[in-house]
Amino acid sequence: MNKIKLATVWLDGCSGCHMSFLDMDERLLELSSQFNLVYSPLVDFKDYPEMVDVALVEGAISSVEDEHKIQHIRKHTTLLVAMGDCAVTGNVPAMRNPFGPLPILERAYHENVSAQPQTPSVIVPALLEKVRPVHEFVSVDLYLPGCPPAADTFFTVITELLAGRIPDVASLTRFGA
Amino acid sequence: MSPAVDVKTLVIDGIDVSARADQTVLEVARENNIFIPTLCHLDGLSDVGACRLCLVEVKNSPKLFPACVLKVEEGMEVTTKSDRLLHYRQTILELLFAERNHVCSVCVTNNHCELQATAQSQGLTHVRLPYRSPRLGVDASNERFVADQNRCILCTRCVRVCDEIEGAHVWDVMGRGIDSMVITDLMQPWGESSCTRCGKCVNVCPTGALFDKTKVGSDHPKYPDFVPYLNMMREGR
Repeated sequence: MNKIKLATVWLDGCSGCHMSFLDMDERLLELSSQFNLVYSPLVDFKDYPEMVDVALVEGAISSVEDEHKIQHIRKHTTLLVAMGDCAVTGNVPAMRNPFGPLPILERAYHENVSAQPQTPSVIVPALLEKVRPVHEFVSVDLYLPGCPPAADTFFTVITELLAGRIPDVASLTRFGA
Repeated sequence: MSPAVDVKTLVIDGIDVSARADQTVLEVARENNIFIPTLCHLDGLSDVGACRLCLVEVKNSPKLFPACVLKVEEGMEVTTKSDRLLHYRQTILELLFAERNHVCSVCVTNNHCELQATAQSQGLTHVRLPYRSPRLGVDASNERFVADQNRCILCTRCVRVCDEIEGAHVWDVMGRGIDSMVITDLMQPWGESSCTRCGKCVNVCPTGALFDKTKVGSDHPKYPDFVPYLNMMREGR
């Protein structure tokens, strides 16, 4: 039996969704016999594979790097899941939207810094004007709201996806759950 | 001898029901355990048809009607669930979420919010419209309560409970369209207004727009059930 190629991605989120994913605990062992984790912050593969069956994307799109990554992921993924409120709504990262990125950078790199305050301009990616949910950039096949979605929700959703079914997410979770 | 009651018979979702002539379709549906989603309606307050979530189909009319202000008629055939209605209800909810900054995860009313619960009951898992992310104020000038415009859906329950039940009419709506805001007095800070500090508006607010800042933590349930009870007591029933 061909195992499903599963990827998990961490964009602008707190990794709480990944923690909740791990909170499936021993049930992960049961599920992991059915998939190969081919790309994830939880494993050490550096490159996104040529084709992934299911990608769980945590986090909103906040920087040019996030935007680049999500376009690449979409091209190389069959079923893309927006995992958690940041990916689905923008959530906490998007709370900067009414102010724009500049006051945020000012606050972080100038107001609260005593030694050599300066806004980084190399290595770290430039912030987008507005933080947006994943589906404003690429098509999303399944939305999994929740901050974070509960471990039970993950278990039900992944079990259903592995069985080739699309779960009824609204009966399991909601914004802020 | 009791006065004669004018009884109407109608059909809601294929079920034959009877009602008093002065009842609304929403009242009769709920009496018969037929669920119609609402946000601006609250038992004990007048109805204004503001949120449009309770829209229903009536046979032989191309129009949709808000059930909360639709009076029953003899022989009426009402449909409360259809793909068309679900489409409109979801779109209304999406517009509400996109209009202001409803960040459920960090809201004091998370898990006690009628907007959040209604979105779930209507199967809404994401918002297709771009979020407006407006920059809106928070009025914390009242020593007990906070008004957070970011969470307001303009249901006007606060306006109606303050006017109809408390009799103070501190709350009202200012501006038009997207600029509409609930305000206290003539847009004075809440803490300097003629507010009686009764807290009725806070308990009827369906979202986290009005909340009690004297409560510790982020768990703020609301208790709007006092309104029909107060009305009943006042009418001496």
